Amino acid sequence: TLPVGATSQDLSGDGLKDELSSEYVITHHNNFYEFSTSKKKPAEMAKDFKPGKDWKVAITGEIDKPGTYTLEDILRWGQVEERIYRFRCVEGWSMVIPWSGFELNAIINKVKPNSKAKYLEFKTLYDPKVFPGQKRGVFGMHTLPWPYTEGLTIEEAAHPLTLMATGVYGKDLPGQNGAPLRLVVPWKYGFKSIKSIVSIHFTDKKPVSTWTDRLPNEYGFYANVNPEVDHPRWSQATERRITDESFFGVKKIPTLMFNGYSDDVAYLYKGLDLRKNF
Amino acid sequence: MIPVNSIGFKIVKFLAHILCWGPFGWLFYAAANAQLGGDPQDEVLHQLGYWGMIFLLLSLTMTPLKKLITGVPWVRFRRMLGLYGAFYGLLHLTMFVVFHLQFSFAALWTEIVERPYITVGMLAILGLIPLAVTSTKYSQRKLGKNWKKLHWLVYPIIVLVLTHYIWQSKSDLNGPFIYLSWMIVLLGMRLYSYYKNKNHFA
Repeated sequence: TLPVGATSQDLSGDGLKDELSSEYVITHHNNFYEFSTSKKKPAEMAKDFKPGKDWKVAITGEIDKPGTYTLEDILRWGQVEERIYRFRCVEGWSMVIPWSGFELNAIINKVKPNSKAKYLEFKTLYDPKVFPGQKRGVFGMHTLPWPYTEGLTIEEAAHPLTLMATGVYGKDLPGQNGAPLRLVVPWKYGFKSIKSIVSIHFTDKKPVSTWTDRLPNEYGFYANVNPEVDHPRWSQATERRITDESFFGVKKIPTLMFNGYSDDVAYLYKGLDLRKNF
Repeated sequence: MIPVNSIGFKIVKFLAHILCWGPFGWLFYAAANAQLGGDPQDEVLHQLGYWGMIFLLLSLTMTPLKKLITGVPWVRFRRMLGLYGAFYGLLHLTMFVVFHLQFSFAALWTEIVERPYITVGMLAILGLIPLAVTSTKYSQRKLGKNWKKLHWLVYPIIVLVLTHYIWQSKSDLNGPFIYLSWMIVLLGMRLYSYYKNKNHFA
């Protein structure tokens, strides 16, 4: 029943019984505040945002080979493959998405981090001409502090599940899904999976994620999917799995620890109090 | 003043009713035809709540409008708009119970106790019920002076509604600020006339 090839490796080990979400919902239900805070609008607004292989990514910091690389360069480093992952938004909805991409590890190996590289900090393109949502609103307020920034520990970044996605449903990523290059960290809430990346900085300091900056008591650095640790304003014990756009295409199901990827990633957080490090 | 018994006014009121059913009609049509994006249930939930708030704010705008634009029987729309507010509010709550909680009243209880913005929203909608029920001319006569006291509750209710709306919004405060300003103007005008009249009679 999977329209695009099954995962080349079944990394989660559970055979992914989850039904694939439709291409329509994946590309028409997007949190991409750079376009709009509405989840419907980015699909419409991103129509003219079609970055190509000349997209530039500055890779800097504690590495032997810093530089500005084009997407074309980067694509030569990794092996693009199809991966079907669950995707769980911190707001309580989820999907099952067939990504195409390569392991972030391929970039890490290429640029050779030194011993001081403990974290990776990512940034989304800042360009209010492309992203009208980055302009100030009627009351002079920004919806979020721009540019959108995210971070991972180097262990998380090098994990084989961590993907740099370039496509979905066998096609290039549409603008609203973070074209042309985005992160996908399937065991973390979706906001960690930063879109339209223009910068990757290797550093010894823990990066401050945009949402942590904006609402530090609600969104933490780790943001691991965890049904036992509620968001201060809503429960995370269940999720609304979106399969298609019909009125009854949504099903309420229990949320799994680390979004079902415990066997693969739990070791990364051994001894860490996940309530404090949410 | 436009006479309220004229055919013209009756037609205007009829058209107003049609406009008030507009959001409901659109949501019904859009939900049946997959026009509501990736999470239609959530979209319906939010839209119903949004329109409930808008109709309540509109209802409370009629009295001040009377002073600003004379010659139009604005107050004749007040009850109608308030009732649509209650209608959309109750549908909003129904959607929440049916689709988000899936009739789990244990879950409802947890939500009420643990999520203050849900509590606030529930209080607002439950508070609207007695107002809607006693909105008839008959109740107005029967309750006499107490009717005014009871319907004064719409002021704390609108504050609860706005609190719920702002509290559930994630980060973008541009929208909430528009409706908050609207409410502040409405309540401010009433406070102003209250104190003005008090001094006048003192």
